Amino acid sequence: MYTQTEVIKDTTVNGSEGELVINVGPQHPATHGVLHLVITLNGETIKKIEPHLGYIHRSIEKMCESLSYRQFIYVTSRMDYLSSHINNLGSAHCVEKGMQIEIPARAKVIRVLMSELTRIASHELWLGAMAMDLGAFTPFFYAFREREMINDIMEQTCGARLTMNYMVPGGVMYDIHPDFQQKVKVFVKQFKEKVTEYDDLVTNNIIFKNRMIGVGVLSKEDAISYGCTGPVARGSGVSCDIRKIFPYEVYDTVAFDEVLETAGDSFSRYMVRVREMHQSIRIIEQLIDNIPEGEHQAKTKAVLKLPKGEFYSRVETARGEFGVYIVSEGATTPYRIKFRSPGFSNLSALEHMAKGSKLGDLMATMGTLDLVIPDIDR
Amino acid sequence: MTNEEIKAYFTTVAPSATFDETGEWLNVQVEPGSWKPLAQNLRNSVLHFDYLFCLTCIDWKTHFSVVYHLSSTTYRHTIVIKANVYAVNPEIETVSDIWRTAEFHEREVYDLFGVKFLHHPDLRRLILTDDFEGYPLRKNFEDPVNMIKL
Repeated sequence: MYTQTEVIKDTTVNGSEGELVINVGPQHPATHGVLHLVITLNGETIKKIEPHLGYIHRSIEKMCESLSYRQFIYVTSRMDYLSSHINNLGSAHCVEKGMQIEIPARAKVIRVLMSELTRIASHELWLGAMAMDLGAFTPFFYAFREREMINDIMEQTCGARLTMNYMVPGGVMYDIHPDFQQKVKVFVKQFKEKVTEYDDLVTNNIIFKNRMIGVGVLSKEDAISYGCTGPVARGSGVSCDIRKIFPYEVYDTVAFDEVLETAGDSFSRYMVRVREMHQSIRIIEQLIDNIPEGEHQAKTKAVLKLPKGEFYSRVETARGEFGVYIVSEGATTPYRIKFRSPGFSNLSALEHMAKGSKLGDLMATMGTLDLVIPDIDR
Repeated sequence: MTNEEIKAYFTTVAPSATFDETGEWLNVQVEPGSWKPLAQNLRNSVLHFDYLFCLTCIDWKTHFSVVYHLSSTTYRHTIVIKANVYAVNPEIETVSDIWRTAEFHEREVYDLFGVKFLHHPDLRRLILTDDFEGYPLRKNFEDPVNMIKL
């Protein structure tokens, strides 16, 4: 990381080359967190982007080495806080895989419902924030109107609005609130009515289209090589939805489409996310009246001990593939744990995407990458 | 492709590789010296391992294991490659020119484990500050101030 004097030295105009080094962040409204980009400009054209990470590095992987298999799941909520349910799910999954715990059918359906609600909430926040990056304030309020309803549903059932910590090895922590189904139905109805407003405001808006089409292009080969996943890769035509390729819980029994766009620009990534919200609604509609009766949690031992070995589980968060890699030595705590976070790989493609474009276009590219900084720093 | 076919391929290009099939995926132990040409082979050959989805390291106290999770977007098969490196001055060839995502992942491993990736284009600390002493994810790392122990 740069020391203070070096930053000052670097921001001076560099002689005949005409290169200018500017800092975007660590406190910048478009980075949505403490991300520091050192950008070398030639005029207005980007020549180089160097991300400086670690401002909120908490060394979660080291922390988890001294936490038990029940405790470490809660730390993962603090990584990608917008997909915390899905992060918890991936971690709980990995423990269940090692312990060979069979989850009750009711818990499976509740988990999928919660994951899809989280995905919609995350995409809603992204929609508002991205529109704000591009200079529009109104879509933020439209998106938050629906997101607020999801947060209320979460609060009622899980007791928290953001870091829910609802998944435990063997199922979910509590049964759903009696009003849950009815409230979700009200939300689905409202979402379907109001979602056309997003299209009127953003999707069909010529200003947004001009700022997004052809900006930040990522080819299919590069998306694979950079390890991009989620809407970023699917916007480039890479089929990578874990829910389809390696179905977990009840994703193999519900009907939904993997959303693919082929242009690879910012607008494709935008369209993937908007269309994904509709697919999530489809999944919720199929499951909300079909929650099986029964236990919400399998009976597990108070102290969990994973057998010696290595376990990897992956789930599809709102940002892409989230992987949990546990190396166990047979103790009550993991020997080594690695979180493969989607944001980390997606960020690595940023320089490739933005090189040669104008500085103003960087905000559109970054906005559609949907970076969550705690997810990158861990 | 099945594990058997992948194993048959390995015996032709890397006869020294050993296999372990106890886990979910096929584990292949390779020599760090022969890893780079082998990686090139895996990426470009019929196996078409074009997607490196996880790169990490494990500190086994006597040695380090660099672990590569590889998968193919065409055939959907997955393998885990492991290369053991020495505990003192650990180093291995970079694969960042084969899979671009490795550039960041290798910098992270270098930062937290101190494993040197030879011929990496830009091997600097990624997360911690340049003047940070030690490698926090190593098992012998002690920080009396910030260490979390239960």
